[in-house]
Amino acid sequence: MTTTAKVAIVEVRGLGRTFGTRQVLAGLDLTVAPGEFVALLGRSGSGKSTLLRVLAGLDRDVTGRYAVRGTVSVAFQQPRLLPWRRVWRNVVLGLRTDDPRATAERALAEVRLADRADSWPNTLSGGEAQRVSLARALVRAPDLLLLDEPFASLDALTRLAMHRLVGQLWQAHRPAVLLVTHDVDEALGLADRVLVLENGRIVAEHVPPPTRPRAAADLVGLRAHVLSDLGVNDRANP
Amino acid sequence: MTDPVLLAEFAPTTAEPIAPARRRRRLPSARRWLSPVALVLLWQGASAIGWLPPSKLSSPWTILGTARSLIADGELGDAFVVSLRRVAIGFAIGLVIGVALGGIAGLSKWGDALVDPPVQMLRTLPFLGLIPLFILWFGIGETPKIALVALGVAFPLYVNVHAGIRDTDAGLLDAARVLGFTRWQRLRHVVLPSAASHTLVGLRLGIATAWLSLIVGEQINATSGLGYLIDNARDFLRTDIVLVGLVVYALLGLTTDAGVRLLERWVLRWRNP
Repeated sequence: MTTTAKVAIVEVRGLGRTFGTRQVLAGLDLTVAPGEFVALLGRSGSGKSTLLRVLAGLDRDVTGRYAVRGTVSVAFQQPRLLPWRRVWRNVVLGLRTDDPRATAERALAEVRLADRADSWPNTLSGGEAQRVSLARALVRAPDLLLLDEPFASLDALTRLAMHRLVGQLWQAHRPAVLLVTHDVDEALGLADRVLVLENGRIVAEHVPPPTRPRAAADLVGLRAHVLSDLGVNDRANP
Repeated sequence: MTDPVLLAEFAPTTAEPIAPARRRRRLPSARRWLSPVALVLLWQGASAIGWLPPSKLSSPWTILGTARSLIADGELGDAFVVSLRRVAIGFAIGLVIGVALGGIAGLSKWGDALVDPPVQMLRTLPFLGLIPLFILWFGIGETPKIALVALGVAFPLYVNVHAGIRDTDAGLLDAARVLGFTRWQRLRHVVLPSAASHTLVGLRLGIATAWLSLIVGEQINATSGLGYLIDNARDFLRTDIVLVGLVVYALLGLTTDAGVRLLERWVLRWRNP
């Protein structure tokens, strides 16, 4: 998968980042091809979010080389909407466009929130706010979409609906996606490639079957593999 | 047969008992008027039988009559305009100084390092104690009164604008940066709205302090305005005029505070839509 002919969107070589004495990223290599959906799994503190912040341009205090070719958008774990701007303004703020209102409405329709365009963010449910955050990221037509555990704080049912929505939006717009998560099923269900991050570097790579949507039954073996990579062993801890 | 009050108590969510529920809600507020009205009646009675001599405290009825005649001959109106003008000018100056310094200290590290220490030091001074100096510097005209009001307004505004800007959610700023906001857009759409609620608190404190400064300033050496009206009345033992002046001060304070609260409701309308 890494040997595509196209120029990579993300190219990271030997990336390092320390906070005080703690080495959070330690010689990390990563390549993401255009349109590729990559999931990054790791336990808390494995450096997932740090890597994402670096790729988003929010953290430049690093060693090693990295390049991001093209435009980047991010959806964070918290929706981070401006509570004092109405939903549609949140979607298009910072974007240069001729008809912001129409642009916002189109983007909101894609996440099925067209009727909430004039709402205040405080009146949205957690799932709705996260969908607005997705619309805001996608309306910028990014070459790379960074998703930082965007579904972690949602309830289980909403999360499933969001997985489906993200899958559809990705197929419609085809940005390269880097999804950071600690949800194994989410990673296996959505991604072309699943990477496991530990101690600041990538320690394993798994490729789920290319069919979509994927049945949970087809992923059982792979799931056990990934879980043991993450240090979770079903048989050892009944 | 059913008692509407009981019904309201046991079924507060149904549609029928709305009317009784509303009546019950109004009742306590009417109850709260009982003691103030009784106190005024007591006051009037004590004045009528001579327990309260007018040289110490005039009766409510006299005060009402005095207010009417002061309004009729324009004396109160003139004093009112003069005092309002002092507060308005002083407030405007204090607002500009407080917001400008708070903005500089909040938005830039150098600004904070240079502006904050002296302002925090000056803030610990009881500013009403500056009156003797102000008289030496500005004389006894309008300037010391306006300066006193401006000073009283500037400090609470500075503190709250500064804190408001510093309190801006770092997550929102990160998001704005990633989404391609320009510096100006980050300021306008993230920092300033975020600082608005603090600033409004500062505004309310500032207005309260403005009236306080005015009252103190006007006691000292005024030849016009509400303070002069009160001071002059004291010399003639006219407690009725003194009280009319105090009531006007109170009403002015209440009105401006209500104004800020209205502004607050509009500016922060996203909070409880």
